[in-house]
Amino acid sequence: MINNSNFNQTIYNKRRRSNWLGLTLSMFAMALGMIFLLWILSVLFIKGFSAIDWNMFTQSTPAPGSEGGGLANAIVGSLMIVLSCTLISTPIGVMAGIYLSEYGGKSKIASITRFVNDIMLSAPSIVIGLFVYAVLVAQVKHFSGWAGTIALTLIAIPVVVRTTENMLQLVPGSLREAAYALGAPKWKVAFSVTLTAAKSGVITGILLALARVSGETAPLLFTALNNQFFSTNMNAPMANLPVVIFQFAMSPYDNWVDLAWGGALLITFVVLGLNILTRVVFRAKAKG
Amino acid sequence: MIEAINTNPVELKYALEVKNLNFFYGSFQGLKNINLNIAEKHVTAFIGPSGCGKSTLLRTLNRMYDLYPGQRAEGEINFYGKNILDPKQDLNLLRSRIGMIFQKPTPFPMSIYDNIAFGVKLYESLSRAEMDERVEWSLTKAALWGEVKDKLTQSGLSLSGGQQQRLCIARGVAVKPSILLLDEPTSALDPISTAKVEELVHELKKDYTIAIVTHNMQQAARVSDFTAYMYLGEMMEFGKTDELFIKPKRKETEDYITGRFG
Repeated sequence: MINNSNFNQTIYNKRRRSNWLGLTLSMFAMALGMIFLLWILSVLFIKGFSAIDWNMFTQSTPAPGSEGGGLANAIVGSLMIVLSCTLISTPIGVMAGIYLSEYGGKSKIASITRFVNDIMLSAPSIVIGLFVYAVLVAQVKHFSGWAGTIALTLIAIPVVVRTTENMLQLVPGSLREAAYALGAPKWKVAFSVTLTAAKSGVITGILLALARVSGETAPLLFTALNNQFFSTNMNAPMANLPVVIFQFAMSPYDNWVDLAWGGALLITFVVLGLNILTRVVFRAKAKG
Repeated sequence: MIEAINTNPVELKYALEVKNLNFFYGSFQGLKNINLNIAEKHVTAFIGPSGCGKSTLLRTLNRMYDLYPGQRAEGEINFYGKNILDPKQDLNLLRSRIGMIFQKPTPFPMSIYDNIAFGVKLYESLSRAEMDERVEWSLTKAALWGEVKDKLTQSGLSLSGGQQQRLCIARGVAVKPSILLLDEPTSALDPISTAKVEELVHELKKDYTIAIVTHNMQQAARVSDFTAYMYLGEMMEFGKTDELFIKPKRKETEDYITGRFG
């Protein structure tokens, strides 16, 4: 059957069996994960879609006992907090990533930074919320949008630092050498050549950080808190989707629970959209 | 050991004079007491088996090794009389005077135009018109202008391998260096692109001093005026290319160039 005199039927059958077993086990594991994912998504879609209507985007959160209402204040609050978090964390994170990859190398200070960054990367977000509560909110004695921004920034920076460093490391050394060979100084090589080459990877990191923080609830509970009214004052407590969902989902009012589902679906769409965007950006790079 | 080139009736001017050069990768000695002169507006080729130190020698000439800790050179490399191994030497300035082209084409991830303008902008401030002129001039020098003149805004990465390498040569030429170092510039290219680059080397030596490292002995014979044969970090023989290939003075050189090596 096969032109090999050393062919051993027993070993062949054994390999076939272990192949089948391995495949079956991994299919089962995948199915288990998919079932729960689809379950979560289908519940979310069924309950969420019925709650989404135009009022959700135009009206603010309703007072207890009143009919209707929307999430306009929470949507705007979330956008403001997440946007300012991105504006602060991007330059800091990218610069730190450049330092680690291009300047720090194996030096002690770079190794320590990397180590601390990794700890921050996996720090429970509630700890970060508590920290900002203790050092900022408790000191000024009021919750605020800025406090929420700071908490989210502390979560986003390590993600940006890590991906920036990794993406810069992927840039071949020959490209850096080619730039040095033209007489370019180090900062010029780092910013104009290496960073440009890693651009889409770095943007991916920023988008991933954005996706990560846009669903965070715990750090906002202690910092931005919530606001029943429409407010764009970053110095005052600010409504935001995660905290509204948290509070409304546990409320006894039906219209509140519906809004919580609508908000949850909205956040899911945003995170999904960001993830798709991330892939598009990254794929565009592969085509050069 | 090294034969001086005194058979040349025309007095040669030297762009680089390497004297008693030793090079170390940490504790490993990569180059041993190298002495040679690189003649102005001529092509000097470094040949030898892998690991013989020919690329290392090339990388000392613009101090590229300085990017890596643990690598150091001792001795003297005089660039028109000035020792570039002097610790006070400004490396960026040095590399703008002694350019380098690498084995693998390395276009920057930007447009063809910006690839050229990048190096020029570092040391000169040109008007838009002057820059346009410089880009055309350098691409013409690199025999690439005809192929890319209608797509200067496209990414340098969109070109073929051979075109990318000529773009890199254009980029190196654009900053108007005095010396060009070529580190196996054709080993990643197809035969037609290789022939183009070799022709280019021939053209460029009218204006530039060129040092080229190559694995390919025929290439050295075709493009160079002087050839250095290196082995295990030592300069075995250095002389006019014609003489070295036709009647090498040393047995080792003869064995290598006739393919009886090892």
